[in-house]
Parts: sequence; structure tokens; C-alpha cells
Amino acid sequence: MKNRVKAPATDFFSMLPGYPSDERINEGPVAIIECEQEIPCNPCETSCPRGAITVGKPITNLPVLKDKKCVGCGLCVANCPGQAIFMLDMTYSEKTALVAIPYEYVPLPETGDIVIVKNRDGESIGEGTINKIANSKATDKTNVVYIEVAKNIGREVRAIEIR
Amino acid sequence: MIKTDICIIGGGPAGLAASIEAAKSGAKVLLLDENHKAGGQLFKQIHKFFGSKAHQAGTRGFDIGENLLKEAEELGVEIRLRTVAYGIFEKDILGINDIDKQKNGLVDAKKIIIATGAIENALPFEGWTKPGVMGAGAAQTLMNLYRLKPGSRVVMIGTGNVGLIVSYQLMQAGVKVEAVVEAAGKISGYLVHARKLLRAGVPIYTSTTVKKVEGDKSAEKVTIVSLDDQFRQMPGTEEIINADTVCVAVGLSPLAEIARMAGCDFTYIKSLGGFVPKHDKNMRTSRKNIYIAGDVSGIEEASSAMEEGRIAGISAAESLGFINSKEAGELKQEYYSRLDELRQGPFGAARKKAKEELIREGV
Repeated sequence: MKNRVKAPATDFFSMLPGYPSDERINEGPVAIIECEQEIPCNPCETSCPRGAITVGKPITNLPVLKDKKCVGCGLCVANCPGQAIFMLDMTYSEKTALVAIPYEYVPLPETGDIVIVKNRDGESIGEGTINKIANSKATDKTNVVYIEVAKNIGREVRAIEIR
Repeated sequence: MIKTDICIIGGGPAGLAASIEAAKSGAKVLLLDENHKAGGQLFKQIHKFFGSKAHQAGTRGFDIGENLLKEAEELGVEIRLRTVAYGIFEKDILGINDIDKQKNGLVDAKKIIIATGAIENALPFEGWTKPGVMGAGAAQTLMNLYRLKPGSRVVMIGTGNVGLIVSYQLMQAGVKVEAVVEAAGKISGYLVHARKLLRAGVPIYTSTTVKKVEGDKSAEKVTIVSLDDQFRQMPGTEEIINADTVCVAVGLSPLAEIARMAGCDFTYIKSLGGFVPKHDKNMRTSRKNIYIAGDVSGIEEASSAMEEGRIAGISAAESLGFINSKEAGELKQEYYSRLDELRQGPFGAARKKAKEELIREGV
């Protein structure tokens, strides 16, 4: 039996200072920062136009999300060099949530595509519909892919597989 | 004989940064690099860098490389490519060889900065010499510089940042990463890099290594095996993976032969990658005209190599009187604090301590 590494569950990440409160998550689009190690890095802080993320000095501090200031614009999703930030909108529709993930593979999916969605361990947890793909000079080749998924898996979706 | 104020051996991030600072001061700078293009590992680093704005965080390595090259050229640094510095002789005369013309020459520089970088460590196992078994850095060079897939199915050995980042880049190139194995009980690089692999479904096995690689002419079958807490292979735990490529990412060692030849004093520091030339705060070695910077002075990453390069460039120029000591001191202070920012936290603290001890030891 090999020791296969498993990713921690959502409960672990929700304890981090970069994770919004349950209350805030239920209010609308917000960043989810899954940065758990003190590595020297702060582009999340400098890329946020609203000052909603604080790293401060030393730059090894874990990012702190001021979730009330965050509007879920997704800029930090593209700017995190560790691809550790996601955006979640639990209010997208009555039954669905919108999740944004950083994406640097080719080919890109197309808006409207139905894709397989995966959790932190790469396990398929359902299907989603590509809602939007954001990229610009500011995101420097990191696409932000927005996927509409069933609400109950909104907090778990971390990757997609194009069929 | 070529005469110059400062000759820099190696045009990677440390060497380029050193050349820029030295040239800014007005010194005549010659930069030697054995490759077709200067930039070292930067041009295969297609990922965004960590750090802060001052360290160019969020910028991809190859863009940092282009910026450094442009700045060096604008400042009048003479860059000689395909040129090997094969020795430092009496009176610090450098022997160089033009690879294409197969012609030797000599360089008489007042100061030399060695920025030769590092070499990948090897890992012996049955079948390790078969085609298809290569350093992770070699695979990265093939795909990101020469646009060649190193294979179609890969087993990666090592979960340091090199192993994790190259695995991700292999997937970006359309190569299937069958497994990543790590002899230690936990992932040794940044977990954010590992998470990109995990969510893509790549299995990462800890306490596991490659036992053997089999194949007719090149790698075809890779046997992995579990390790106990003494790193002994556990019989009966073998599993076979069909793969045509095995990448080895088990650390780097400073590439310091030329400093050894020049008679620089060395010391052994495990957390810096082994034997490193001793150096002071100015990056000067025990030979007063020879400076070092970057991985050759202890394995870190490109971000810190650039800061060290800048310090070495300023110090060399200062010792020749191109910058007064007040101005040099202020500049260096800025780069020391930037280095300090990178050497914090659970990953950087050990390096910070090791570097401080090295500098305290003196030359």
C-alpha cells in the first residue's frame, strides 16, 4: 500500500485567515484563499484593487482576507503565483453556484461547454457549465475559468476536465 | 589578451544582475556564458515568481530574463556566448574557450565574479543510465526551450519545488505525469505547487522511491517501492508503472569547480547544497579579486540569486573605486533587506541561518 498524499478537507482551509466566513460566503461573490504555508509572497495583496487582502511584513505572513471589502472580482485568482485562490458565488442562482479557478492548460474550454468538475484530490464530483473565461494583459496568460455548478459542491470544485 | 574591469562567469540570474549593477557604476564588464543565450534557468521558468514587487513577483521567469538581458545590453555589458571559462590561473588570468570556433583565449580582469549556478544531483538505481531517465531540469530544458516533449508518460522522483513545478509544466506541455514519488515522509516543496498536481489527479506518493527502470532500448517500465522510516526498500510493496520517462529532481549542488581551481576556501553546509566557497557579506571569496553569487554560493532560487548578484556587482565595482563606499553601502543595504524578505518562514529560515553562519565564519 503506497502512501498517497491526500489534500486536506474544506474544514481545514476554512480555518485559514484567507478564508471568508460562512456568513459572507452566503452573501455573494468572494475570494477563497487556500494559502497555508508561510512562503515569501504577496501578489494577492498588491493585486487587490480594494485592499481586501493583507499580507504585510514580513511577506511570509499568511494572507488575511477582509471578506467584507472583497467583491469577488477574481483578480487575485489570476495573480496568485501559487494558484491557491479561487472565487465562489453561492448566490449565482437558486440552485447553482459560480466557481472561478485559475487555468493554464491548453486547449481552453469554451463558454457553454459541459465539463467534469473535480475536487482538491482530482476526484470527479459532478459536472459544470463553463460560464465565462477571463484573461487580459493583467492576468498574464493565467486564465480565470468560471464554472456554474450545483450549489452543494460549490465549495469543493478546484479543477475541470474537458471531455 | 582581453582586458576588462570585471569579468562575470555565467549569465544566469545572478550573473546578469551582477553585470547590470557593475555596468551602472561605469565599470567595463565582460559576461561569459557557455550557452546560445544568456539568462540561465530563467528562460525555462515559464511560471510566475513568488516574492514581492521588488523581487518581480507575479512575473514569469522568461520575462524577467528578457528584462535583465535588455538592461544589461543597454548598459553596454559585453556578453560573449558559447564561451566557456575553463580555468583561473596565476594573477587571476582567466582561460576561455570559444566553443564554436574551438579557439582559446585569455581574460585579464581586475575582478572576477563567479556565477556558475548549480548542477542537478543524480540518483543511482537499476536502469538509471537508460535513455528516458533524465534530470527534471533536462526535461524542462527540452520542453520549454527546445519545444520538445521529453516523453509521453513520466514518473517524477522528488517533491522539492523543482520536481513539483516541472511536473506541472510537463502536464501543461501535454505529457501525462503517472506519479510523483518522494523518499521522505512528506512533500518537501511548497504545498501550493503540490495542490496543482493533486487536483489534476496526479498521484503523489511519499515514503516511496524508484527501484528500477526496465526497457529494451529505453525506459518502458518503472518499478516503484515503499520505504520504511530508515529509507530501506520494503520487499513486496513494488508496483509497476508504464512510463517512458523518469525525471530525477533530488536536489542541486553548487557548480563550484572553477572556484576550487582558483584556490578559494570552501566549507560544507548541508542546507546550502554541500560544499560552497566561503564568502563575506560583499560576496567576496577568500581570494580578494574573486566574488561569487547565486546558487554557486549556496542553493536557493532565482529571486535570491538576483539579489546576491546585485550585491556582488556593487561590491566589485566599489573595490575598484567606481562607486564610493557610502553610495555602495546604501545600495547594498536595500538588497540585503530584499534577501532577508526571501529568507523567512519555514522554508527560508534555515538558509538564512546557514548564510549568516557562513558570513560570520569569514574568509
